[in-house]
Amino acid sequence: MRSVAIIGSGPAGWTAAIYAARASLNPILFEGSEPGGQLMTTTEVENFPGFIHGIQGPELMQVLREQAKRFGTEIVSAMVESLKQVEGGFELVSNGQTYRAQTVILSTGATAKRLGLESEKRLYGRGVSACATCDGFFFKGKNVIVVGGGDSAMEESSFLTRFAEKVYLVHRRDSFRASKIMQDRVKANPKIEIIWNSEVTDILGEEKVTAAVLKNIVTGETREMPIDGVFAAIGHAPNISLVQGLVDLDEKGYVVTLPGSTRTNVPGLFACGDVQDAKYRQAITAAGTGCMAALDAERFLSGH
Amino acid sequence: MAHTYTDANFESDVLKSDVPVVVDFWAEWCPPCKLMGPIVEEVAGEIDEAKMKIGKLDVDANQTTAMKYNVMSIPTMLVFKNGEVADKIVGSMPKEKLMEKLAPHLA
Repeated sequence: MRSVAIIGSGPAGWTAAIYAARASLNPILFEGSEPGGQLMTTTEVENFPGFIHGIQGPELMQVLREQAKRFGTEIVSAMVESLKQVEGGFELVSNGQTYRAQTVILSTGATAKRLGLESEKRLYGRGVSACATCDGFFFKGKNVIVVGGGDSAMEESSFLTRFAEKVYLVHRRDSFRASKIMQDRVKANPKIEIIWNSEVTDILGEEKVTAAVLKNIVTGETREMPIDGVFAAIGHAPNISLVQGLVDLDEKGYVVTLPGSTRTNVPGLFACGDVQDAKYRQAITAAGTGCMAALDAERFLSGH
Repeated sequence: MAHTYTDANFESDVLKSDVPVVVDFWAEWCPPCKLMGPIVEEVAGEIDEAKMKIGKLDVDANQTTAMKYNVMSIPTMLVFKNGEVADKIVGSMPKEKLMEKLAPHLA
């Protein structure tokens, strides 16, 4: 039986791997269906300490992976399909193979939410996009909508102005929750127009997106707006399918950890990063809790 | 080995092909495309060329073709049969799922 299995390969997972490997715990890390996690679809990361001029999200993840590898982390490039408690630890199944470990560090992160419209599904890849980095290129000289009010909505709006003629930033409140520096950048950008107190209630088009239906939440008024693309940046939901029924979750679905630690209610199961953090959700806080999880696992193992 | 398709060879190698052709539209800046790259290579190695051809098209260098087929999100895979689009597969996915989606199109 192995001592540590880490599930997920964002900043939390790789940091846990670096610490666990340096503590000679020979960790095995499962990269999952989206290796590198959310930073893989971002561009410039300017607030991760240690990079004076910022670093590209995918590059940061590549560096963390190499660092974890250098200390001997065993990497499995596959998803974990099931996780259960067994005598003395846990059993994981990945790609038809069974693995056993005394402790598990859960760092499965969170996934971007969709608007939840039928038309959004139908027009996905036809003007509706989940990745501004990937698809901005296809909207050269076109008009797009970004939905949301947080940092990722600001980042996507700013990024899309490199290609789009006009970016309409649609938000359902009358103020943003994004950080001030990101808000200021958006508000100063002449290509971005903010549409407050509104939501997208439908996306129209046969072969591709041609318009969106906007509803003003205050007045109840709806209007059709010609548009070529729709990008949603409305927050995230924790990836908990693997631990549902196994571990305590809060009312929003995040894994509950004991205050000041990464311990869950299941002995030997530790959670770090966005899967247990509804509040901060930063790369650096994910890395911080990843470190904590490795130290917590090490302490747990030495007590056994 | 997966083929490389371009604006220049698209007509002869894809549209006029005797067997169905799968074209993976991708770009350097697209992380999910880069995840799909090795999977597409693997699938290309396993499927008989007499039943289906598989190749990649860089949308940055071959914008005419990408625009002509309304590719607006990558990775997108288009399946061509007799010069017509027979299927559109959008997004990254594990190998098994891709194989499943391509199976009905094998000649």
